[in-house]
Amino acid sequence: MNAWIEKQRHLIDFTLASLARRRTKNLGLLLVYTLLVFVLASVALYTHALRQEAAQVLKQSPEIVLQRMVAGRHDLIPPGYLEKIGRIRGVQAIEGRLWGYYYDPVVKANYTFMAPVAEAVRPGTLVVGPAVARSRGLAPGNTISFRAYSGKLFAFTVAGVLPHASELVSADLVLMSEADFRAFFEYPAGHHTDIALSVANPQEVRNVAAKLAAALPDSRPILREEVLRTYASIFDWREGIVLALLSAAIFAFAILAWEKASGLSAEEKREIGILKAIGWETGDVIKMKLWEGGLISLSAFLLGFVAAYIQVFRFGAPLFEPVLKGWAVLYPRFELVPAIDGLQVATLFFFTVFPYMAAVLVPIWRAAITDPDAAMRS
Amino acid sequence: MLFQPAIIALLLASGVAVAMLAAAAPFAVQVIRQWNIASGSERQLQLERRTYLFSTLAVFVMAVQLVALLLFVFNADRMAEMFVGAMCAVGTLNVNPYGFPALLAQMAVFFLAAAWLAVNHVDTRAPDYPLVRIKYALLLILLPALLLSFGLQLKYFLGLKADVITSCCGSLFSGDAQGLAAEVAALKPAPAMVLFYATLAVATGLTFFHARTQRAGYLAAAASATAFVATLVGVLSFVSLYLYEHPNHHCPFCILKPEYVHQGYWLYVPLFAATAAGLGVGALQPFRNVASLRTIVPAAAARLAGIAAIGYLLVAAIATYFVLHSNLILIEH
Repeated sequence: MNAWIEKQRHLIDFTLASLARRRTKNLGLLLVYTLLVFVLASVALYTHALRQEAAQVLKQSPEIVLQRMVAGRHDLIPPGYLEKIGRIRGVQAIEGRLWGYYYDPVVKANYTFMAPVAEAVRPGTLVVGPAVARSRGLAPGNTISFRAYSGKLFAFTVAGVLPHASELVSADLVLMSEADFRAFFEYPAGHHTDIALSVANPQEVRNVAAKLAAALPDSRPILREEVLRTYASIFDWREGIVLALLSAAIFAFAILAWEKASGLSAEEKREIGILKAIGWETGDVIKMKLWEGGLISLSAFLLGFVAAYIQVFRFGAPLFEPVLKGWAVLYPRFELVPAIDGLQVATLFFFTVFPYMAAVLVPIWRAAITDPDAAMRS
Repeated sequence: MLFQPAIIALLLASGVAVAMLAAAAPFAVQVIRQWNIASGSERQLQLERRTYLFSTLAVFVMAVQLVALLLFVFNADRMAEMFVGAMCAVGTLNVNPYGFPALLAQMAVFFLAAAWLAVNHVDTRAPDYPLVRIKYALLLILLPALLLSFGLQLKYFLGLKADVITSCCGSLFSGDAQGLAAEVAALKPAPAMVLFYATLAVATGLTFFHARTQRAGYLAAAASATAFVATLVGVLSFVSLYLYEHPNHHCPFCILKPEYVHQGYWLYVPLFAATAAGLGVGALQPFRNVASLRTIVPAAAARLAGIAAIGYLLVAAIATYFVLHSNLILIEH
């Protein structure tokens, strides 16, 4: 075993020296390779972080949301529905929620107005999300007025701004009291927007949903796991599309690697010729060349991955954000939590190192079988 | 569902592997028909040169297949969140009828590739390449296996529909269900433990014996194969129970999940490595009397047997650790 390691060590030594001798050529290849890894790794890291973020956000959301449908469209929950659901075994809490959208012509953006059940907001005051506060320049104590859809003007005092930490979910949120909410939107008394149910046992969720659908045939239960699954598939699908588009780049890179590996300079050919003349076998030359490819791959992979990590988690992935994240006027500003996923690193490795190694095998062999005399004579 | 990065990577790997082996097939036929190491003809020289290329290609393909198995399982586990009813890899693999065959095919390719790599290793050590013909004939046999594995994977991934309600480990590995897996899961923990430890002890002993004396190679290989099955039975019937600390959850895939800190990999990686090495010992046995391999084969087989012995010891130690560290009590003392 020791002899084997010793041999590989000497081969690596020799390879490094020979790589250093042709610095410009190898640096060029390394640069392109690093760039490819960088692009692919950025996409992978960014989507994974987004997926994590979505999962984190949805962890707090209710297991089931019940909407009423009229002619296939979402409608208000009339009075009596909460009672009609009654007690379903496994359901911990049922609450009717009040929320709606408001288009603010000043900043040309939609806000989400909501009357929270859990925490009370005093009538006449608002608690606003960070993005709303930013776009309207609001601070606690300020007064702001909104023109309701009915044409009436309502003035509110800002009681507080929601913490930045919750920005991904609360960017465009405006919290108000129930009375204000109903007056502002002229919401019919006793009606709710939808119903949220929390279910303790995840395996019971489907049964509860089935019971709900049976009890209220005009309603549609939306499960949290379905939302999560949709998010996961969307982000995966976006990532896959970007990777598929970038596969052209991978092919181009494989061709470049092939070219670089097969375009041996006269000096390199002579070098191989001399090596073989002094007793190296074809197998040794192949091993040396494989080490060369391996070393370049590994350095490029590490460099590219680290660069992508910095780009995504330090600078917020300015290059790929528009494609992968989606878009909105009041888009939340959020810090991505650095997360590395083993599967993604493995996949990335497959995507970059595998095509490179596959592409250079034939040129390596071609270089290795040259006869010493032919090589030295040319 | 094709636009999943890991799926693209897996299909790329098996696609390229099939393409490379297919490209090597005509050459393999040529070698089998015309190889003559004693001849100095130009054709023989050509062949000898080309073997370098195709051996490297084949080694590359096989090595990639070893990693692909890990990626396949890892990916199946991860995709569980996309299917209704799936909680781990079992649910994902159950989405359509090609899932489990694809996994089994990938496992078969894994062991075949490992055996081929062992044969290739000893062949390249001998000065006259005595096994070249056999090696390339084996390559021709491996090609359909790889093709089958690729086809099953393609079928499986193309047939992944997110709206299918799949059944997961709870219904597949419960004692009341029908089928082989359920029968195994219904095994009582005490006899399963005896079977597990006895088989592992025999496998460790035989591989160790072979490593020291270079005898009983076939027996060691057979014991390895048996130990592989016995370990899987052990995982199904008692190791998983202790890991989950739940008397009825038998799933051999959930232990790979992050909730259980990926502990399954600690068990499966040594197991697969040991079994591959043990089967490699068996694959080398027919060639121990070839003149130029008289010293090489026993040395290589002994080393492989040593790896297998260490692997099985590790498997037993890790399983014991899981059992002792669990809060679950299955057997009253």
